[in-house]
Amino acid sequence: MIMALRRRVLDVYAGIALLYLFLPIAIVIAFSFNNPRGRFNYTWEGFTFRNWLHPFSYPGLGPALRVSIEIAVLSSLVATALGTLVALALVRYKFRGSASTNLLIFIPMATPEIVMGASLLTLFLNWRIPQGFGTILIAHVMFNISYVVVTVRARLVGFDRHLEEASMDLGANEAVTFLRVTLPLIMPGILAASLLAFALSIDDFVITYFNAGTVTTFPLFVWGAARVAVPPQINVIGTAIFVVAVGGMLVNVLWQNRRARRA
Amino acid sequence: MSAQATASSAPQRRVSRARLRRGAAPYALLSPGMVWLLIFFVVPMAYLAKMSLETGLFPLFSFDWAWHNFSDAVSAYRTQFLRSLAYSGAATAIALAISYPLAYWIAFRGGRWKNLFLLLVIAPFFVTYLIRTLAWQTILADNGIVVRVLRDVHLLGADGRLLATSIAVVAGITYNFLPFMVLPLYVSLEQVDPRLIEAAEDLYANRVRSFLRVTLPLSLPGVFAGVLLTFIPAAGDFINAQLLGTPRQYMIGNVIQSQFLSVRDYPTAAALSFVLMGAILVLVLVFTRLLGTDRLTAAAAAT
Repeated sequence: MIMALRRRVLDVYAGIALLYLFLPIAIVIAFSFNNPRGRFNYTWEGFTFRNWLHPFSYPGLGPALRVSIEIAVLSSLVATALGTLVALALVRYKFRGSASTNLLIFIPMATPEIVMGASLLTLFLNWRIPQGFGTILIAHVMFNISYVVVTVRARLVGFDRHLEEASMDLGANEAVTFLRVTLPLIMPGILAASLLAFALSIDDFVITYFNAGTVTTFPLFVWGAARVAVPPQINVIGTAIFVVAVGGMLVNVLWQNRRARRA
Repeated sequence: MSAQATASSAPQRRVSRARLRRGAAPYALLSPGMVWLLIFFVVPMAYLAKMSLETGLFPLFSFDWAWHNFSDAVSAYRTQFLRSLAYSGAATAIALAISYPLAYWIAFRGGRWKNLFLLLVIAPFFVTYLIRTLAWQTILADNGIVVRVLRDVHLLGADGRLLATSIAVVAGITYNFLPFMVLPLYVSLEQVDPRLIEAAEDLYANRVRSFLRVTLPLSLPGVFAGVLLTFIPAAGDFINAQLLGTPRQYMIGNVIQSQFLSVRDYPTAAALSFVLMGAILVLVLVFTRLLGTDRLTAAAAAT
């Protein structure tokens, strides 16, 4: 009886915790349908689909989102390629310097973003590199590499090398073995890493703020708007990014479950 | 005779070439990513260190070992430093209290829905950071439901408010870094073998004691990782103080940000950055000592 009650207590607690996690998100989604009379979108004034039908009617929002998506796509592609190679080296080989490599992978994740942003700013100032799209891209690739390495490495550790040996025994060379055996097996890890990198990039504010020059990404646009008035169109884009990202993760989780069942 | 010699040396040469390739292979795989991190992470840190010892006014700075930048920066912004450590410490403790039961519940009660629940926990954080924080502005607003309820039950005075107070800033930080706490806790709790807990219950015959003696020690690596991953970004944050607080709640991140981007006193800003990193490092070391590294490694070895 008491044990059953305690079980319930934990269930109820978890339910409340999940509600707490989703409360701000519910507010964001609800206010994307708000019809504010003035410039402020803080109080509920009435329901409308207008913001969803014309999200880019608010000046500057479209271009900012476009820059964010371009940077997220490019930086996640580059960081996934570089990070996957590093992960392969770390798991597959014993070599001098692997400990310092691990350290160099770990330190960026343990450094406050503001310090990374500030140090990159001083680098670009010293080298007289004008800030803009290129410097944002460089910064995003930099902070994404570590996360890609950690994600792909987790997948590689449980990898059965006998499968590669079998492929080589059957006459495939190293390149064919890599493309037909190794890559498909670690693909879920690579996919998860690139999704994570994409999400981190499109959400980044602090490092971008220090290195954007005059270019505006979506988070920078929100920051600028927060000083004057936040239009409901921002909630529309925020909700859309949320739906796409969670949808992508859901597909990845389901795909991995199906593979696990088949295996 | 000569044919025999070539026959024996050929495979040898092939072996040595294969060994050479294996020797160079990891470095070839590593170098693109590592070079990127060296140029755009390590080198910038060196420039930041150099900047912290310079003097002058924007845009003319000269390097002259100005160690006083550090003492000047600390004495000028002592309040913001202490406030940063207090806010991020409080937020980390609250996040741990919220996350541990949740991670426990997913790990031991989640069953085959574990991954789905985990996704539910992470999902809110795919709404842009700034938009999430603005949502808390709406929730904690003076005419919002939370403030009205708290006023009705007299936890707040008739004109008491949450927005623009320390409470709002700590609440924002707690919420925004929660996944960094939940995920490592979940990973370490998920690895705990349920049979160990059953055995403990058979021996101790008390759920509380079996939790304290078995589950909790085994999950300490997760607690350790979660606390670090939450505390470090929280200590450098300036967004929550800016959007949910007033200059009276500003943290060291706000100072670094404005010194770099508005005042353009780069040496002071650089010195402040290093003091922040140094303070974090010291606290991490103290925390490691408190939690006991021996127990941690023993727990890690047991999982």
